[in-house]
Amino acid sequence: MFPPLPNPSTTDTAPRLSEKDLIRRSASTVPAPKQRLTEVAKLIDVSKCIGCKACQTACIEWNDTHPPVGVFDGAFENPPDLTPDMFTLMRYSEWDNPETNELEWLIRKDGCMHCADPGCLKACPAPGAIVQYSNGIVDFVHENCIGCGYCIKGCPFNIPRISKVDHTAYKCTLCSDRVAVGQGPACAKACPTQAIVFGTKDEMKGWAAKRVEDLKSRGFANAGLYDPPGVGGTHVMYVLHHADQPELYSGLPKEPRISPLVEAWKGVTKYAGLTVLGVAAGVGLLHHLIMGPNRVSEADEEHAEELTEGDSHGRR
Amino acid sequence: MAADDVKPNEQIHPGKPVIVDRYTVGARINHWITAASLILLALSGLAMFHPSLFFLSGLFGGGQFTRFIHPWIGVVLFFSFLGLFLRFWKANLWKREDGTWLARFRDVLANHEDNAPEVGKYNAGQKLVFWSMSVLIVILISSGLVAWDQYFSQYTTIDQKRLAILVHSIAAVAIIGVWIVHFYSAIWVRGTIPAMTRGRVTGGWAWRHHRKWLRELVTKSSKGAGPSGSKPAE
Repeated sequence: MFPPLPNPSTTDTAPRLSEKDLIRRSASTVPAPKQRLTEVAKLIDVSKCIGCKACQTACIEWNDTHPPVGVFDGAFENPPDLTPDMFTLMRYSEWDNPETNELEWLIRKDGCMHCADPGCLKACPAPGAIVQYSNGIVDFVHENCIGCGYCIKGCPFNIPRISKVDHTAYKCTLCSDRVAVGQGPACAKACPTQAIVFGTKDEMKGWAAKRVEDLKSRGFANAGLYDPPGVGGTHVMYVLHHADQPELYSGLPKEPRISPLVEAWKGVTKYAGLTVLGVAAGVGLLHHLIMGPNRVSEADEEHAEELTEGDSHGRR
Repeated sequence: MAADDVKPNEQIHPGKPVIVDRYTVGARINHWITAASLILLALSGLAMFHPSLFFLSGLFGGGQFTRFIHPWIGVVLFFSFLGLFLRFWKANLWKREDGTWLARFRDVLANHEDNAPEVGKYNAGQKLVFWSMSVLIVILISSGLVAWDQYFSQYTTIDQKRLAILVHSIAAVAIIGVWIVHFYSAIWVRGTIPAMTRGRVTGGWAWRHHRKWLRELVTKSSKGAGPSGSKPAE
């Protein structure tokens, strides 16, 4: 068993996560932090999950969101998708394993992966609306959010949701406010089977290795850790019994990366675009300096007068 | 026949200088609504395009309001430009002399317009501005609707939205470029601005830049009907 998260102390603890710990800030630059915090990670062991939704409940409670009462549409998911009020969601898929001929119930806790290379942050146009701390947490700062939805286009995992109430984007914060005072995420605290554990990224990788080894010994030859390198690794990782086919788990992308369309939009288009406009304005200015204005001459006016007079004489 | 170029309400007022009507009050109001929307769209769009220009959102009362108002101004621009399109498209049809005019573009730039053929109400450069604006506005409104999450997010996939926003930003850069050409030409070619403010130009301006149009106007007014002259409907 992984050592459980400590209970909170009864004395006030000063938050240990602040502006000084930012390594990235959307649409702006930050000075490199003097010292980097240890990277943290949440490890979700899919093989241990019983689908009880305690994590969802804990998430709602801690973040004080108020998802509306939904309707039953024949699926286990509740609500049917992530919403601005539901930062994490148990997704259930039933899979007929062709090798064993057995039905497998694959349950995955969906939510922000806290990518090391966050597409949402790259796409965000509002300075400081998305930040990344040196411990790996990617957080939305709602007072800076303009609600444009660019983060949705940047995200390779389809996570952020825009609230129709305050028109800002919401997603899992990895309980940055709890982590700041030495606690772990609410979902990890609530999980009854240790399917969710929280610690430093190295600890989690080490723990995952043991879990993978255990799964392999039980016949899951393709068990493995999901820490996709396409987004620089993530600070929410999965232990999967079928790590060779992550798509089985309600469409977990096999090789997630920031879409090349987003890279083109936020890369070459952004810089080339302003350059082109600057050059166009500069060429205009130069042309005017060199060639001067194109003025109507006296002769032009006289020609026009002759033409119209000739005409009016003709008419009379 | 050049009837495309001449509108019934375009009159020549003999005198010194000769004054020629170029745009009706309706066309001018239509133009300036379009112009104001295009400028507001460029400012609010650039604020969301490049971080160094985010400060422009301050002109609109902050990022949230910029995000909210930009698409609505786009809707205004679309319908306003549609009005301009319906007014001007006939006079912007490509004519034989336009190719020659374009081939002599170096002379035009060097202020030697005399070497280029006589043109009607619009020269090839103006026609290119008109048609690129038309095409780009269609691209911008359609890609813009896809990216308008507040009302239309559920109708497209995220990948379609990604493509739309990329296309939208490239088209936006292009249309601002076209606008720079349009704006600079209006300044460079002196005497042009009154066409869109007072609605009239001098005879000399028309002679110098749109001689064919001037000749057509003269022919028309000699044929018919005097100052109040009306022409059969086009």
